[in-house]
Amino acid sequence: MTSLAPEPLTAASNPPTQPLESNLLPTDVRRISATAHVPPPTRQLTEVAKLIDVSKCIGCKACQSACIQWNDTHPEVEENVGIYENPHDLTPDMFTLMRFAEWENPETNELEWLIRKDGCMHCEDPGCLKSCPAPGAIVQYTNGVVDFISENCIGCGYCVKGCPFDVPRIHKTAHVSKKCTLCSDRIAVGQGPACAKACPTQCITFGPKEEMKALAAERVEDLKERGYDNAGLYDPQGVGGTHVMYVLHHADKPSIYSGLPVDPRISPLVEAWKGPAKKLGLMAAGAAFLGSALHGIFAKPNEVSEHEEEEAEELYEDIVHEAPEASGGEAHGPVASGEEAR
Amino acid sequence: MTEKRFESAPGDEIESEAPLRVFRYRGFTRANHWLTAACMIVLLLSGAAFFHPSLFWLTGLFGGGQMTRWLHPLVGVLLFFSFMGLFLQMWRLNLPRREDVEWSLKIGDVLKGNEENLPELGKYNAGQKGVFWGMSGLIMVLIVSGVMIWEQYFPNLVSIPVRRAAVVVHALAALGSLFIFIAHVYAAIWTRGTISAMTRGTVTGGWAFRHHRKWFKELARRKRDEPSEGSAEVNGAVGQDLAAQGHAVKPR
Ligand code: HEM
Ligand code: SF4
Ligand code: SF4
Ligand code: SF4
Repeated sequence: MTSLAPEPLTAASNPPTQPLESNLLPTDVRRISATAHVPPPTRQLTEVAKLIDVSKCIGCKACQSACIQWNDTHPEVEENVGIYENPHDLTPDMFTLMRFAEWENPETNELEWLIRKDGCMHCEDPGCLKSCPAPGAIVQYTNGVVDFISENCIGCGYCVKGCPFDVPRIHKTAHVSKKCTLCSDRIAVGQGPACAKACPTQCITFGPKEEMKALAAERVEDLKERGYDNAGLYDPQGVGGTHVMYVLHHADKPSIYSGLPVDPRISPLVEAWKGPAKKLGLMAAGAAFLGSALHGIFAKPNEVSEHEEEEAEELYEDIVHEAPEASGGEAHGPVASGEEAR
Repeated sequence: MTEKRFESAPGDEIESEAPLRVFRYRGFTRANHWLTAACMIVLLLSGAAFFHPSLFWLTGLFGGGQMTRWLHPLVGVLLFFSFMGLFLQMWRLNLPRREDVEWSLKIGDVLKGNEENLPELGKYNAGQKGVFWGMSGLIMVLIVSGVMIWEQYFPNLVSIPVRRAAVVVHALAALGSLFIFIAHVYAAIWTRGTISAMTRGTVTGGWAFRHHRKWFKELARRKRDEPSEGSAEVNGAVGQDLAAQGHAVKPR
C-alpha cells in the first residue's frame, strides 16, 4: 500500500525513494472550464507559488533546459534572431522563455540588462479558463495551479484570446493548447517545479504562497537598501493575484521587462463574450426557435385559396389573350373572369 | 419580341397552363440553395457547440470536439462561396423598389395574411429582401471575423486584442444569422405552397398571383410574347394579336 505524497514545501527536496500516490486528486479541482457547477472541493490544499527574483537571474537558461527535459518536449532548433532569446518566443514545446531587454536607466544613465523568465502566471482568476469552450480542458486546483488537460482540449485557441499574458500556444500537429503546468505532475508527488530545482542562483524558488511573499518582502527590502527604491513584488491583483510572482527591481515599470503587463486583467471584451450576455443570447435563440415552432403549429397559415387559383388562371388568360374579343372557346375565358372579377 | 425581364430571373416562366404552374427556380439555383442551407445548419449546430457549454454535446454530431473545431471553419468557407453563388443570381431582384415601402408600412396586414390590402409585388417582398441583404451582410462579417479567429490556418493573422473583438463580433453575427435563418424558414413554412419553389422549382399560379403578382404578370406577358412553337392552341390564337399589341402592353 503506497501512501499519499506530502504537499511540496520547497523545490530543493530530493525525490522520495518509495512510490507515492498522487496528492493532487480530482476532488482538489476548484474550477473547470465550460463547467458551471463544480462540486465543492473536499479539502483546501496549501496555496503554492513560484517566486522569480529577476534581480538574481543570470540568464543561464537552466530552467528552460530543465523544463524541456521534465516535460519531454522537443523544441525545434531555430535560427538566431539577433538576440539572446532562444527559441524566438514561447512555443507549444517551450513553456518558459528567458526574455532579455536592454534598458537605459534615465536616473543613472546606466544600461541595465533585464532578464525575465516568461511563462504562465497561474492566475487566481485565469482568463484562459474563462474563455475555454471545452468542458474539462482547463482546470484550477485548490493550490492555485492552472492546468491544461490535453485529452479534453479541442485546439480552438480561445484560451489564447482569454489570457492577459499571451501564454498559451496551440500545437501545430497535436492541435492542443500547451503551457507551463507549474509541474503539476511533480507537485502531485511532493516535488517542486523542475525549473526551480535546476536554477543555480535560487532566482526561482517555490513553496507556499504566503512563504514566497515573505521571502519576496525580504528580497525587496534588500534591493531597496542597495538603491533600488522602486523594488517590489509583482503579484497583479487585476487577475486576483498570481501563483507565479516576480521580484522586480523596478516594480513601478513592469513593462520594461519585455512587456510585462502593468495592470493585467481579463479583457472586458472577453468578459462580455463569456459573461451574462452569452446566456441572454442563448435564451433569445431558444425563444426564437421555440416561439416560431409553436406559432407555426398554432397560428393560421397564409394559404392560397381555391378562389385565388382561379383568379390567377383568369388573369393569365386575360394577359395571354390580351385583346378583349379573343374570348375563344377555352374553359376559363375572359367571360368567366368578367363575372368574377372584383 | 419577348418582353425584357424586369421582375423575373432567367429561367422563370409559366411552366404549365392546366393546372397553372409557374417555374420559380432552376435546378442549379435549387442545388445552390440547398448546399447553402446544409452549410448553414452545420455551422449553426457546430458554432452553437462552441457558443455555450450547455450545447457542447452538439460536437458529438460531428465526431467530437476536435473534429468540430476542424470542420466548422471549412464549412464556413464553403458556405461563403455557396452563398456567393446565390448572391450573384439574386441580388438584382432584391434591390429595393417603391412598393417595398408600402408593403413594410402595412406589416400588420402582412402578418394577418390580408394580402388583398398589399401592393402588387415583383419576385421578392421586402421581408424576403431583408433576409437576403441581412444574410449577405452577416455572412461577410462571419467570414472576415471567422478567418481572424481561425487558429489552425491563420494563428497570427491579427493581434490578440483584435482577435478578442473578432470572436465577439463573430458570436453576435452568428446570433443575428440564426434569427434570420429562423425567420426565413418560418416564413417559407407559414406561407403555404412556398417550399415547392425550392424542391420542385415551381409554385401554383394562385401562389404567384397572391404573393408576387407583378412577377406573375411579367411571366404571363412573356409567355404571350413567345414565338408560337409552344402550346399551339393558346399561342396560335394570340400570335397574330401580338404584332399589333406588343407595344401597347409594355407600359404596365
Ligand atoms: C453562417 C455562418 C456561421 C455561423 C452561424 C457561425 C457560428 C459560430 C459560432 C456560434 C461560433 C462560436 C462563437 C463563440 O464561441 O461565442 C463560431 C466560432 C467559430 N467560427 Fe463560425 N460561424 C459561421 C461562419 C464561419 C465562417 C465563414 C468561418 C471562417 C472561415 C468561421 C470560423 C469560426 C471559427 C474559427 C470559430 C472558432 C471555433 C473554431 O475554431 O471552430 N465561422 N462560429
Ligand atoms: S485550445 Fe483547448 S484549452 Fe484552449 S480554449 Fe480551446 S479547448 Fe480550451
Ligand atoms: S497566465 Fe494565461 S495561461 Fe496562465 S493561468 Fe493566467 S490566463 Fe491562463
Ligand atoms: S514549472 Fe515546470 S512546466 Fe513550468 S516552466 Fe517550470 S519546469 Fe516548465
